[in-house]
This record gives sequence, structure tokens and C-alpha cells, in this order.
Amino acid sequence: MSPDLAFLIEVVVGGLLSGVMYALVAIGFVLIYKTSGVLNFAQGAMVLFAALTFVSLTERGLPFPAALAATLAAMGVVGLAVERTVLRPLVNQPPITLFMATLGVAYVIEGAAQLAWGTQVHGLDLGIDDTPIDLGGVLVSRFDLFAAATAGLMVALLSAFFRYTRTGLAFRAVADDPLAALNTGLRLPRIWSAVWIAAGIVALVAGLLWGARLGVQFSLSLVVLKALPVLVLGGFDSIAGAIVAGLIVGAVEKVSEVYLGPVIGGGIEGWIAYVAALGFLLVRPSGLFGLRAVERV
Amino acid sequence: MQPALRLVRTGRDGNRPLLPGPAPRPAAVPAPGGSPHRDRAGRVLSVEGLSLAFGGTVAFAEIDLAVGAGEIHAVIGPNGAGKSSLINAITGLYAPQAGRVRIGAESFARVPAGRLAALGVARTFQNLALFTGLSVRDNVLAGLAAARRAGLGAQILGLPSARREARAHRDAAEAVIGRLGLGAVADRPAGSLPYGLQKRVELGRALVARPRLLLLDEPMAGMTATEKAEMTGFIRAARETSGAAIVLIEHDIGVVMRLSDRVTVLDHGRRIATGTPAEVQADPAVIAAYLGLADGDADGDAAADADTGAAAA
Amino acid sequence: MDALPRAAPRPHLPAGALGLGALLVLAYGIVPLTGTSYLFEALLTPFLALALAGLGLNLLTGYAGLLSLGSAAFMAVGAYAAFNLSLRLPGLPLPASLLLAGFVAALAGLAAGLPALRLRGFYLAVSTLAVQFFVAWALNRIGWISDDSPSGVITAPRLVVAGLSFDDPRGRYLVSLTVVTLLTLVAWRLVSSPTGRNLVAIRDNETAARLVGVKVARTKLLAFAASSFVIGIAGALWAFAYLRTVEPAGFNLDRSFQILFIVIIGGLGTLRGAFLGAGFIVVLPLLLARLGAALLGDGFDSGTLEMVQRIVLGALIVALLIREPAGLAALLDRAGRRLGRRAA
Repeated sequence: MSPDLAFLIEVVVGGLLSGVMYALVAIGFVLIYKTSGVLNFAQGAMVLFAALTFVSLTERGLPFPAALAATLAAMGVVGLAVERTVLRPLVNQPPITLFMATLGVAYVIEGAAQLAWGTQVHGLDLGIDDTPIDLGGVLVSRFDLFAAATAGLMVALLSAFFRYTRTGLAFRAVADDPLAALNTGLRLPRIWSAVWIAAGIVALVAGLLWGARLGVQFSLSLVVLKALPVLVLGGFDSIAGAIVAGLIVGAVEKVSEVYLGPVIGGGIEGWIAYVAALGFLLVRPSGLFGLRAVERV
Repeated sequence: MQPALRLVRTGRDGNRPLLPGPAPRPAAVPAPGGSPHRDRAGRVLSVEGLSLAFGGTVAFAEIDLAVGAGEIHAVIGPNGAGKSSLINAITGLYAPQAGRVRIGAESFARVPAGRLAALGVARTFQNLALFTGLSVRDNVLAGLAAARRAGLGAQILGLPSARREARAHRDAAEAVIGRLGLGAVADRPAGSLPYGLQKRVELGRALVARPRLLLLDEPMAGMTATEKAEMTGFIRAARETSGAAIVLIEHDIGVVMRLSDRVTVLDHGRRIATGTPAEVQADPAVIAAYLGLADGDADGDAAADADTGAAAA
Repeated sequence: MDALPRAAPRPHLPAGALGLGALLVLAYGIVPLTGTSYLFEALLTPFLALALAGLGLNLLTGYAGLLSLGSAAFMAVGAYAAFNLSLRLPGLPLPASLLLAGFVAALAGLAAGLPALRLRGFYLAVSTLAVQFFVAWALNRIGWISDDSPSGVITAPRLVVAGLSFDDPRGRYLVSLTVVTLLTLVAWRLVSSPTGRNLVAIRDNETAARLVGVKVARTKLLAFAASSFVIGIAGALWAFAYLRTVEPAGFNLDRSFQILFIVIIGGLGTLRGAFLGAGFIVVLPLLLARLGAALLGDGFDSGTLEMVQRIVLGALIVALLIREPAGLAALLDRAGRRLGRRAA
């Protein structure tokens, strides 16, 4: 293998692995969008809240499992509270109103998290060292592999949940046709609550992985901005789409940063994913999987 | 014969005390029942072999329909017969797979929705499609959007040309508002009005541009008997004053029989009859379609139909 | 896109012509004579610039129903365009460079709005985010935009109009006030024109708007252009009249959210809303600081203040969207009506 090619592969693999992390955040959006049609901008704030709570609890001497359990519970409460106090009173409002409301929620959660736990940067060590390992001449970050495996596990668990549990099946029914689901006696509010709790748990996992990567600080809530191009590309309502699009966005970002960056200037990762995703959408308005109508909003 | 009679009777019962006898048919209406190709010159709307399907589901197939100036042409049929889809295809919201729509002198495979108003076509919607945040007056004025010539600069600077146009449009809107009895609510946001009035505002928005072709998708759905009587009067008056060709989708058979010059019956996306109300009433295929719908349910499917409309609203 | 909250879109300017006149007398006559530098510099000038930006965003989001998260980018385009115009065309009078900066921002708005021809709803909002991030990148990376100053910081030229210097707090306030008054007048003419009606028609029911003959694509682009024109000039005021020295980070995503919050708090689809919302946003931190210091004493530092402010803002947004989507403007109307009834 030529060194150039090996380098390219390394870049692509690195991109794909960070794409998994994007997908992880995007899945939190998809869960909520699918069932209630809300693009939940507060998902990033939930990621920050989860990581900050967890790391602050461990710093105060709680053992890892206890801190995890406590954070999990806190995320459930946050998810439930948002669903009850914000989303339910706004049911049947236009999507744009719901979106702006979640923007407000994001501000509240971010403010509350930092008011409670402080604004300083915390390190978060999950006990995985970040030494690269050599896979057939390609260097891959051990942490990235771990993160990818966790994300994969997460997706598998979610899929199993939706396939085999009552609530999961109800969720799918609601996603397919809320009105019909309502008519057959499914209790929408309970499903919405369940979904918000699930989104809280996804936020926790994303928060731990991202927090370990970037440090736990305010900018963690900005991972939401990494998820948006993924959602545009993969569709706001498809978990599979979020994963595939996450991988694509991750790879595109890294490749363009490495190969395009030197030509037009560095730091383009802030917008290149957006431009790529929107460009794709302009060419193919039906999106990555071709079924979904872009105009559904 | 019995079922057809029942169709008429149930419809009348709902409105009898409120309406004068059937309107006299204007002499100008072309002879009913002809092929859509026979008298193209007088036709405002000709639909020729129009077919539409969504995926594998056929909305309607091979529909022919011809409507002349000053004619009120009702399209009836059971729920799901494809009536609204037909109007949506005629107004370019749906793209039919086959057939053509001729409006005036122009013929289209897919009608350009954005040019509809310029072609002299206006419509109302089965479910209200008002500009809820605009006042009633502004909703009616919006019906003149296609007739606007003044540029943005002229509007902002208040140049004489823009002011003249604005005044003319305002007068036209006020006239329609007055005719429809909306004067008292003209400054209220349309979304704040009761349902029956909103339907009327939508009619006003359609009428203000003096369309040659007016498509009314269940203008009386969900209305009380009084409101239906008023709306019937408005539609008739609209035909008399503007000479527009009117396509009317309506579930209340009594209204249809009294108001329309000709009736086309759809069933499962097919046209099963076209003719005068009397002819259609006597048509065995129509009777069979409505009987099939009633299917053992002893009394008054047409009444049930009309009630469904009311309940859905 | 679906309808925004039902704000009465009829402009209320003529109804309160008297009050408006009184307000102008106050703003031009009494305030400049009695105001302190602090009032001009810390309150009124930023208030005017933010209100103008809110006014611009309201044209797009409140009236046309198109959500934008890129307002700060258009402010930045306006600010840096005005900077370049005054730098490279030294003879250009200030009003002209402000006007031209507005047109440059309008061009940027057109570019941002192009996807609106194919995309709707959230997709469009995401496309405005793309503009936000692209502009932030360009300001940092493309040297000539900031005349090759390190990290893109620019310093405003002296404010001179027709030989008169307005380069003191009062003068900068008067320049801002005049620009805002004129543009508000234009915006009022726009929203009460047939074209303004078309904007609302598209917001409330795009299909029906298309069928009555509204040129939907053209009107949406116009909304983008007009909105960013106003926001661009607001950005120029922000840089020239308020901050004097600005860095690209001042036009970050938080600023975009701030402008959006101004519009939501003040009232979507009303011109007054932008002013009420901007007033609230400017006053809120001062109020909170006073309140916090009174309650907590020294424990209430600037970090705490910022967090509390975030929480209050967010909670207020949610509460308003639930209880009063037409914002402070509607609350004020209702209060006014109640007073009127009592007086009658």
C-alpha cells in the first residue's frame, strides 16, 4: 500500500469513527422527531447536562456505577419535565413554534447545569487510553473504536427495544401514523414520556463519549451543531439514516479538512458538512433514502 | 327508482323551509350530456381522459368533464370517489399521469398552479385554507394578488399608480365583502371567525378576482341549514353576476339537485354518469353506486353523508 | 411552512400616531438634552441597533414565516461591508456606505435564501445556520475583509455626516435613532403594502397563496433580501455606533439566537415587537444584576448573572410561546384595551 493511500484510508477511518459520534447525537433528535414531530434543539443541552452531572458527581467521590445511575435518573427527570411542561402544552402548534420552544429549553438547561455545577472545564476519564493501534498499516484511535462500539451497542439496543417490547412497538405505531395510533387506543402521552426519557439516556451516552473526548464544558452543548447536517442528510425521522449520514458527514469532514483545508484555509469543518448536506439535498430533494418528502414540515 | 327518490328527499328535508323553489335554468347553458369535444368553443373547462394515482392507489381514472360559461356543474360521489383529487389535479396541485386539462384556450398535461389565477381560475378548499393571521379584508384582497401590477418600490413610495391600483382593489374587495355580508367582521383576523364565516371568506377570496372558472370543494360541508341556504344563494348570485363556470363538490344531494345545471357522478375514481340532475337521479349506475354505499343500512345514506360532512368539521 | 402564531399583522403605527409623535419628540428633543453618556452608550444605542436587527428578522420570520438562525451573520456582513466601504472609498458619505452595506447584506441574504426555493421548514433553518458558520469562517480566514487585522478585529471610522461630527455618545445615538426611524418607516410601508400581505399569506398557507397568484419563490427571496438589508444596517450600527471595535466572535450564533429571542419576546409579526423585545433584552441583565446583588450580595458574580439570565430568557421564551405567542406587543395591547375600557 502506498503511503498516500494509507494516509487517505487513515483519514477516512478517522472520519467514519467520529461520524459515529455524530450519529449518536443525531439519534437523540430522531427519537423525538419521529414520535412528536419536534426538532429538539435542546438535545445538545441535554448532552451537556448529562456529562456535567456525571462528572461532577464522580468528582464529589461517587463511584462510577452510582454516578451513572444517578445521572440516568436525572436525565429521565429532565426528559420527563420537558415533555410535561413544554411540549404537552404546545401540542398541535406549528413545528417552527415547537422548535423555538426547545431553543428556550436549551437555554434553561444550559444555564441550570452550569449554575449547579459551575462553568469550569472538567476532565472526564472513562478509563480507555487513547493510544492508536495498528490495523494492517492503518493507525486507528483506540478510544474512537470504543466509542464506535458503544454507539453500535446503543443502536442495537434501541432496535431490539423497538422490535420486541410493547412500548417499542407502540412507538413505531405512533411514528407511522399518530392519528391511527390514537384511534387504536395507544396512549400517546405515555409514549412521548418514554421517548423523552430515551432521548435523555442517549444524551447521557453521547455526553460521556463526547465529554471524554473534548472535556466537559459548555461547548459540549454545541455538538448539536454537528448533528444537524447529519439530520439534513439522513432525514429527521430515520435512525438508519442518522447512522449512515453520520458516517458520511464524518468522513466528508475529515477528508475535506485534510485535503481541501490547505487550499482554501483551515477550520472549514464548521460549515463544510452543512454545505455538503444541503448541496446533496438540492440535488436530491428526497434525501438519502429517497422515500421521505422533504416538504413534510 | 325508489333509492333515487330517497336521495332527493333526504336532501330536501334538510333545507326545505329555508329555500325558494329550484332556480330557473339559464338558457345560456349548453345542452347537457354531450361529448366534451363537441362544443369546445363555449367550454371554460374541459377535462379529457384525466387519470391520477398515488403509488399504486388510483385516485381517479379517465375522467372527462366539460363545463361551460355560466354553468354550475356538480361533481358528486361517495367519500373517496376522487372528487377532491380531481379538483386538486385541475388546479395543478397534483400531477395527473394521463389526460389533459383545458382551461379556456390553453391545454395542459399539468396545470401550472402558479398561473392559475392568471388563467382566470379560483377555488376554495375542502378544509379551510385561509390566511388566518390576515384580516377578512386582507384575505379577500389577497385574492387579487395575480392582478397586481404596481412594483414594490411604487408600493413603498406610495406612487400614484400604486395608490390607484390599491384603491381599485380595495373597492373590489369591499364590494365582495358587502355582497357576502362580511362587513361587520372585515377587520377581524380571519382565523378568529366561526367556521361558517371562514368558509364565506374563502368564497370571497375566490370571487374577488372575477374568475371565469370557480372550483368549490365542499363549500357547505359542516354548515347549518341556515348557512347552507345562504351559501347556496351566494353561489347562485356569483354565477349570475359574473357568468363564471362553477364546478361544485357537494355532499348534500338536495343542494346539488337544486343548484346545479349538470351533475357528474364519480364512484371509485370512475365517472359513472353525467347529465341533468333529473337524468342522473334516474341513472341505474348512480342508483347502484349509492345503494352499494347504503348496503343494508336502511335509511337515508345521503343524509348520513351530509351529516358525516358536518361531523368532520 | 405552517403558520406562525397568530399575530395580528396589521401594522399599528397609524393607530398610535399621536403616541408615536410623542415618542419621536421624546427621542429627538428631550433625551438628547437630558441623557447621560451612560444612557446613550450602554442602553439606547445598543437598544436601537438590536431593535433594528429584530425588525429585520421579524420581516422574515414573523411576517413570512421563514425561520432564520443566521441573523448575526447578516449583521456581520453589514458591519464588515460598511467598514470596507468607508476604508476603501474614503470620499463616500456615511449614509451612502450604510445604505450600500445594507445592499451587500441583502445579497448575502439572497444567497442564503436560494435554498428556500427547494427547501422548507427545518431544512431552511439549517441552511441559514450554514451561512452563519460560513461567514464566521470567512471573517477569520479571509484577510482583506478586515484589512488584514489580526483575528479579524475592525475599528469603526469617525461618524461624520455632511461635515458634522457625530462622534460622541449623543451623536452616535442620534445617528442610530435616525437610521432606525427611517428604516422602520420603510418596513412599515412594506408590511402594509400588498407585498407585505403576500408575505403573511405565504406564512399562513403557502398553497393557497400560490393559487391566488402570489409569486411564492420571488416573494420568499424578497423577504430574505429585505430582512438581511435591515439586519445588515443594524450590524453596521452595532459596529460603528455602539461597539466601535468589533471582532467576528461578536457575531456568533448566540447573537443570532438573541435576535430571534427579541422577536419572539416582543411579538412575531408586529413592528413594535422588535422594539419591545430589544428593550427587554437590554434591560434584563441590568435588572437581574441589581436584583441578584440585592438578594445575594457578593455571591452574585458575572458568571452567575450570565447563567441566571440564560435561564430567565429560556423560561420566558417557553412561557410566551405557550401563553402569548404574540409576545409583549399583544400583552401591551391587552393592557391598553383594559385601561381604555376603564377610562370609558
